[in-house]
Amino acid sequence: MSFLEVNNLNVEFDTADGKVRAVNNVNFSLEEGKTLAIVGESGSGKSQTVFAMMGLLAHNGTSVGSVKFDGNEILNLTGPELNLIRAEKMAMIFQDPMTSLNPYMRVSEQMAEVLTHHRGLSKSDAVKESVAMLDAVQIPEAKSRIRMYPHEFSGGMRQRVMIAMSLLCQPKLLIADEPTTALDVTVQAQIMKLLSDIQKEFGTAIILITHDLGVVAGNSDDTLVMYGGQVMEIGTTEQVYANPTHPYTQGLMSAVPRLDHDGTELTTIPGNPPNMMLLPEGCPFCPRCKFAKSECKTKVPELIFTGTSGSHYRACNVAVEELV
Amino acid sequence: MNNDTILQVDNLKVTFDISPEGAMPWTKSQSLLAVDGVSFELKAGETLGIVGESGCGKSTLARAIIRMVPAKDGKVVWLGSDLLTLDKKTMRGHRKEIQMIFQDPLASLNPRMNVGEIIAEPLKTHYPKTSKSEIKTKVKGVMERVGLLPNLVNRYPHEFSGGQCQRIGIARALILKPKLIICDEPVSALDVSIQAQVVNLLMELQEEMGLSIIFIAHDLSIVKHISTRILVLYLGNMMEMANSADIYANPRHPYTQALISAVPIPDPIIEKNKELILIEGDLPSPINPPSGCVFRTRCRMAQDICSNEKPEFKNATNDHKVACHFSS
Repeated sequence: MSFLEVNNLNVEFDTADGKVRAVNNVNFSLEEGKTLAIVGESGSGKSQTVFAMMGLLAHNGTSVGSVKFDGNEILNLTGPELNLIRAEKMAMIFQDPMTSLNPYMRVSEQMAEVLTHHRGLSKSDAVKESVAMLDAVQIPEAKSRIRMYPHEFSGGMRQRVMIAMSLLCQPKLLIADEPTTALDVTVQAQIMKLLSDIQKEFGTAIILITHDLGVVAGNSDDTLVMYGGQVMEIGTTEQVYANPTHPYTQGLMSAVPRLDHDGTELTTIPGNPPNMMLLPEGCPFCPRCKFAKSECKTKVPELIFTGTSGSHYRACNVAVEELV
Repeated sequence: MNNDTILQVDNLKVTFDISPEGAMPWTKSQSLLAVDGVSFELKAGETLGIVGESGCGKSTLARAIIRMVPAKDGKVVWLGSDLLTLDKKTMRGHRKEIQMIFQDPLASLNPRMNVGEIIAEPLKTHYPKTSKSEIKTKVKGVMERVGLLPNLVNRYPHEFSGGQCQRIGIARALILKPKLIICDEPVSALDVSIQAQVVNLLMELQEEMGLSIIFIAHDLSIVKHISTRILVLYLGNMMEMANSADIYANPRHPYTQALISAVPIPDPIIEKNKELILIEGDLPSPINPPSGCVFRTRCRMAQDICSNEKPEFKNATNDHKVACHFSS
C-alpha cells in the first residue's frame, strides 16, 4: 500500500455547452519522500487531477474514483473533513504567487492564520514560528519583511512566501502546481533547489506539475505524461526520458530545443492541443499522431505495462516496435 | 559601418520618470535608467537574440529602436539614417520596414476586427491606394504562408488557439515585406509543441525573405536555437555579446555563466548530476542601481574594484565582447 494511491480518477464539468471530461481514468501512486512529476500541455487535465484530490474543483465539477492518502479515502470528503487534512497533511503551492496570496493582509497575518487555525497557537507564537519558516526558505531579514504586504515582494520572494506558508504544518505531501512557470530561470533554479532541500530535510512527498521537461528531468523520481485528460505514459523519470514509448512523449521530447545540443530543425507535433469539449472517441492524441491506425479513432488505449522495465506503463494502440 | 549592416544602435539610453514613494504633486520625479548605453550592429539576414531576466530592459530596448518609447540619448541608425532624429512623416516611411511581434498573441490582436482586417491593416495604413482585390490576394497569400487556412479570414481572434493567434501576428508583420522583425517573447505564452511550430516558421520565413530578426526571450534554449548572435542584458547594461555557439560553449561573464547553468536540460542523468551556479537574491532596483558593475551585488567573483569602477564593454577575443573586470 503506497502513501498516496489514485485509482480511476475521473473529473467532469457540467457546463452550459454540455459535459466536459477533464480527467479520464487516471491512476498513479506515490511513496513517502518521493517526487512525481505530472507533465502535459495546457488543458491536459494535470491541474484538475490535483484539484480533485484537494477538494478544490469548481462548483460545477464532480469527481469519481478513489484517492487513498495515508490509508484513508479522501476523495469527495466534506469541507470540514478536508480541512483536517489540508495544510496539515497536504498542502499546495500555486503557479501565480501574486494572485494566491491575499493582497490586503500582511504576510505575517496570513501565515499566522494557518497556525492559529490548524494548530491553535497564540498569535505571537504563530508569528514567531512563521518568521522561522521564512528564514528556512532563505528570505533575508525575515523578521522585518514578514510585516510587509505581498506586493512588496519580488516574484521569487513571493513564491518563497507561498512555500513557507505551505510548510507551516509540516505536511507529508506537497503539491506544486507550475511553481516556477512565472519566474526567471535563475530564480527557478533557486526555488527548485529549495524544494529539493525541503524534501531531504522533512521527507516530504512532492507532486510537481509542470510543462517544462527540463525541470522534470532534474527534480523527479517518476514522470507521468498526460494528454487530453488521460495518462499517456508513466514510469521512472530515467525510463521515460531514456526510452519514451508513447508517440506523444516522443514528440514532446524532440520539440524542445536543448542547450547542450546544436540546432537542427525542431521536430514539431502537428496540429493543436485538443478541445476538451470535442475529444475524439478513441485515443485523444490520435488526430495529431503520425503513427495512428484506424483502430485508434475508436479504441481508447489502456494503460499497460511496457514489458521492458519494472514500472514503465504506456497507453497506446500501436506497439512500441512499430513506432519508428 | 559595414556594407551589409542594416541597423546600428549606438550608446542607446532610455530613462523613465517615476515619482518616488509617498510623492507629493510638487515632489521632483526620479529617473529610472531602463537601458544604459546599449550598442550593437545587425546585419541583413542575421538574428540577434537578446536575453536577460525580467526587468533587464530587453523589451524597452526593442521599443526604443522603433520609437514606441522615446530614447534619452544615443543613435539608432537604420539603413544610413538616424531614426531618433527623423520627423514623424519620414519615420512612418521606415516603420513599414521594421515590424514587431508581441508576447501575448491574443492581447495583441484587436478583438473587434476579423483576421482579414487585422492582417490588412498595416497595408491600408502604409499603402492607402491599394485596391480591395489586391489587399484580398495579399492577405490570402500571407495567411497561406504562415499556415492559416484562408477561409478563416472572417473569423475573430477569440476563435483561435494561442498558436494560431501568434501566426496571425506574424502574418500581420509580414504583409508589408519588412526587412527587420522584432519579436518580443513570441513563444513564451505557447505550449511546448506549439512553440516549436512557431520557431520553425520564423526560421523558414527568414531564409525565404532574407529577414533580419531581433529575438527577445528569457528562454535561453530557444534563443540559442534561433540566433546567430546573442546579447546578454542585466539591469539595462550589456554584459556579454558573442555569436551563439561561442557564448554557450565559452561564456565569459559570471552572469552569463549562471544564466546558462540555470537552464534545465531535459535529460535526468545530466540534470541530476549538474553542478549548478546559483545566483543569490533578486534583481536590484533599477531606480537605485549598484555602483560600478551593476551585477556585483549578486556576483560570486565580486571584489572591491567592482563597486568602484564600471567595467568597460570590450573585446575579449575577436567578436566576443564582455563587461567584467575578471573575464580572461
